Amino acid sequence: MRLNYPPNVRIVAVPCTGRVDMIHLLRAIEQGADGVYVAGCMEGECHFVSGNLKARRRVEAVKKLLREIGIEPERVEMFNVSASDGPRFAAVAREMTERVRGLGPSPLAKDHPLDLHLQAVG
Amino acid sequence: MVIAERKPIEEILAMVADFKKVLLVGCKGCVTVCCAGGTKEVGILGSALRIARKKAGNPLALVEHTLERQCDPEYIEQLAPMLENGEFDAVLSMACSVGPQFIAKRYLKQVFPALNTTFIGGSLEHGVWAEFCQSCGNCIIHNFGGLCPISRCSKSLMNGPCGGSSGGKCEVSNEIDCVWQLIYDRMTALGQVDRMRKIFPIKDWSTSRDGGPRKITREDLKL
Ligand code: SF4
Ligand code: SF4
Repeated sequence: MRLNYPPNVRIVAVPCTGRVDMIHLLRAIEQGADGVYVAGCMEGECHFVSGNLKARRRVEAVKKLLREIGIEPERVEMFNVSASDGPRFAAVAREMTERVRGLGPSPLAKDHPLDLHLQAVG
Repeated sequence: MVIAERKPIEEILAMVADFKKVLLVGCKGCVTVCCAGGTKEVGILGSALRIARKKAGNPLALVEHTLERQCDPEYIEQLAPMLENGEFDAVLSMACSVGPQFIAKRYLKQVFPALNTTFIGGSLEHGVWAEFCQSCGNCIIHNFGGLCPISRCSKSLMNGPCGGSSGGKCEVSNEIDCVWQLIYDRMTALGQVDRMRKIFPIKDWSTSRDGGPRKITREDLKL
């Protein structure tokens, strides 16, 4: 299956979204990513039982922290995508790209304000 | 262990508002175990502060460093290379409130506490902590089935329960178990409920904070 997803999405592979910690998401924002999202398996389908559920809680904690420091929490998101569902993966990449485009460039990315930069994790 | 939690980010940002070079110091003791001020939390707070300040157009040069402990002078000494050359103009400590005081005692720097030191307690489950002792200085829990009425009864009653105990909960809040109910249940289970007839005299608080700041000296351990 050859599907297109926006070229601004940079994928960071992790063994399970349970490995994703708050600091990974914060670092992406700190380094100027316009948005960062975690693409985990469907709920109930985690190979390690609850990795994706933990990832969601950490994403929520990062959103809360960002809100407190005046960064739009929508720049960070958790999505559940089945590993075999290529079309949904591409749809999520487009949805997040559109959302972040709507928010505009990250206030931390003053050096390259037009470069839309997203990071998917998972 | 000592249980602490991070102060709100706004409060911390306001503390360091006038500073440009800050050393953020974590502690690998109690606050690492209660996930408030170890290496991981130092990383998260450091990143959040840098993001907030960069966004505000007033970048913060913040360096992260986590000590073995902040309640022993030998570890505080390890900060000397960083704090004696003028590299930093303030220190933000993520230890319990002993840490910032030890740093301030050793170095002539502005020191800020990033945590609120909350109580002496333990974890009920991952991510949940509760108070179990208030260091009264004269432990008496053996009289009460091993449960502490000083720290776990809202009124620190020695002869409970009070009239507010209802359905096992304290009248102060439904979230609080009435420890005197727990004591009664446990004494019953232990076959010692008759011991609850004993009236305990009012507690001598001189071993607690009422005697002023406390200090322990052990001649056998001195170097
Ligand atoms: S009786 Fe005193 S020392 Fe013992 S657990 Fe309670 S507060 Fe702590
Ligand atoms: S209800 Fe129980 S815990 Fe609450 S104050 Fe009364 S005796 Fe103490």
